[in-house]
Amino acid sequence: MSQELVCITCPMGCHLTVESLPGGEIQVSGNRCPRGAVYAREETLAPKRVVTATCSLGRPCAGKACADGAHRESLSAPRRVPCRTTAAFPKESIDALIGALYAIEVPLPVKRGDVVLHDALGTGIDVIATRTIE
Amino acid sequence: MKELSFDAAVIGGGAAGMAAALEISGRGLSCAVIEREDGLGGILMQCIHNGFGLIEFNEELSGPEFAQRFEDRLKASNIRAFCGATVIEIENQGDAKVISCVSSAQGVVRIRARAIVLAMGCRERNRGNIRIPGSRPAGVFTAGLAQRLVNIEGYIPGKDVVIIGSGDIGLIMARRMSWVGCKVHAVVEILPYPSGLTRNIVQCLKDFGIPLYLSHLTTNIYGNDRVEGVEVTPIENGALMFEKSFRIPCDTVLLSVGLVPENELSRNFGVEINPMTNGPWVDSTLMTSVPGVFACGNVLHVHDLVDFVVEEARRAGSFAADWLSGKKPTKEIRVKAGSNVRYVTPSRLDPTRDNKLYMRTMIVKNDALLEVKLDNKVVRSQKKNHVQPSEMISFSLGPAELAQAATQDSTLEISLQ
Repeated sequence: MSQELVCITCPMGCHLTVESLPGGEIQVSGNRCPRGAVYAREETLAPKRVVTATCSLGRPCAGKACADGAHRESLSAPRRVPCRTTAAFPKESIDALIGALYAIEVPLPVKRGDVVLHDALGTGIDVIATRTIE
Repeated sequence: MKELSFDAAVIGGGAAGMAAALEISGRGLSCAVIEREDGLGGILMQCIHNGFGLIEFNEELSGPEFAQRFEDRLKASNIRAFCGATVIEIENQGDAKVISCVSSAQGVVRIRARAIVLAMGCRERNRGNIRIPGSRPAGVFTAGLAQRLVNIEGYIPGKDVVIIGSGDIGLIMARRMSWVGCKVHAVVEILPYPSGLTRNIVQCLKDFGIPLYLSHLTTNIYGNDRVEGVEVTPIENGALMFEKSFRIPCDTVLLSVGLVPENELSRNFGVEINPMTNGPWVDSTLMTSVPGVFACGNVLHVHDLVDFVVEEARRAGSFAADWLSGKKPTKEIRVKAGSNVRYVTPSRLDPTRDNKLYMRTMIVKNDALLEVKLDNKVVRSQKKNHVQPSEMISFSLGPAELAQAATQDSTLEISLQ
């Protein structure tokens, strides 16, 4: 069985062909440098991505008061706190991770680097807040 | 009315503005940063995806992390930041410039400075700029506006999305909209190749099975109160094939069709603009046609990496500090974009020291040759593994190549083949 990939290690964008050999080994062709083979191996056997998302802040918006009495979000008074995984996360579990992150309410104040989800789905990877909000 | 005086003032508190201000303040000069949002960080604050800082910090950060590292340094310095203040005018007053800004907290504030660094960034091109026919329903957003709504303000602008243009912001938003539970039905690109980086095509479209229609034009937007769909027409040999048009139902259209440097203030103050970049013409010290006014970051030309923005901004800050201490280049030569080169900036170089140049090509090519000619004589010939319009090319030229430039009238031409 063979699979086509485009290498994203550098802007050259080599078109890689990955052949699955008996015994679980794979063979890569089309790469112009060794990094292409490493990329293809990981992308075929255990694809991973850094996941970035936002969590709720668990408070009514403290943004600017508008003329009609309602509050408006602003850059310094956002309604969501951005977060990311501390390492690339197994691709097949990303949907479950995102579901877990959307269920979290982060209490204020939050500091950049605070762990919002420890050992996400038992992977050993943490999810941290990526900005400080007072 | 409040009046304040500084050695230098920086307009814009994003990545470029903060980096330039830190450089000026580091040289022992007083500096103000004027920002129209109520906080610093600029566009980085809504770019919550990662990939920033590989050159600057040697690690992969999200936009807010990158911005707040600079903000921390700013807070530890004596730079005065005016947030929530919109600059409405710059005027000459004697040998100083006076910046008028308005803020809801302080009313009109006038800031007097001898040097100004422009760091206002870009604005997105919108539907009017690219003239998409059809009705005018709700649900048409620029990709960056949708990004702000989703990532900062906590609103999801629709459910079924079509993205027009394959610029990086559009690709990033395809992934974001998918991750917040929307269905992205297509990305439509007029050119035969994607405008965004390959890694974004793979990680933002292929991962989600989102179709990319290359050489296709959006020829209609349907809907009365709300968007109901778009009509897409293939382009073959430069002609629209209307008999092959098809309709994609959707309730939201995101536009990722380029950025325009925001230079209304600069123009009104007499700064001359380069039509190829929509940013100011600058000399070897990143100074515009108005003495004492410098420019850096996306207001000068559209960058693809924030790491390049802060590097350029630091140089602009340093040159502004030099200018304030009376240091000026003794000799400059002209720089011209040659064949297959859309633009080169700056447009003048100082042959007595190292100069950093940024350029963009018009072609997609592997194994290209970058050629630098000084008065029609080749002074540098460099192989490039891969060039494409969406990847900015940067390189340095110094006395080794330029020392022979004996005359003030010398011209340097940069071309790619």
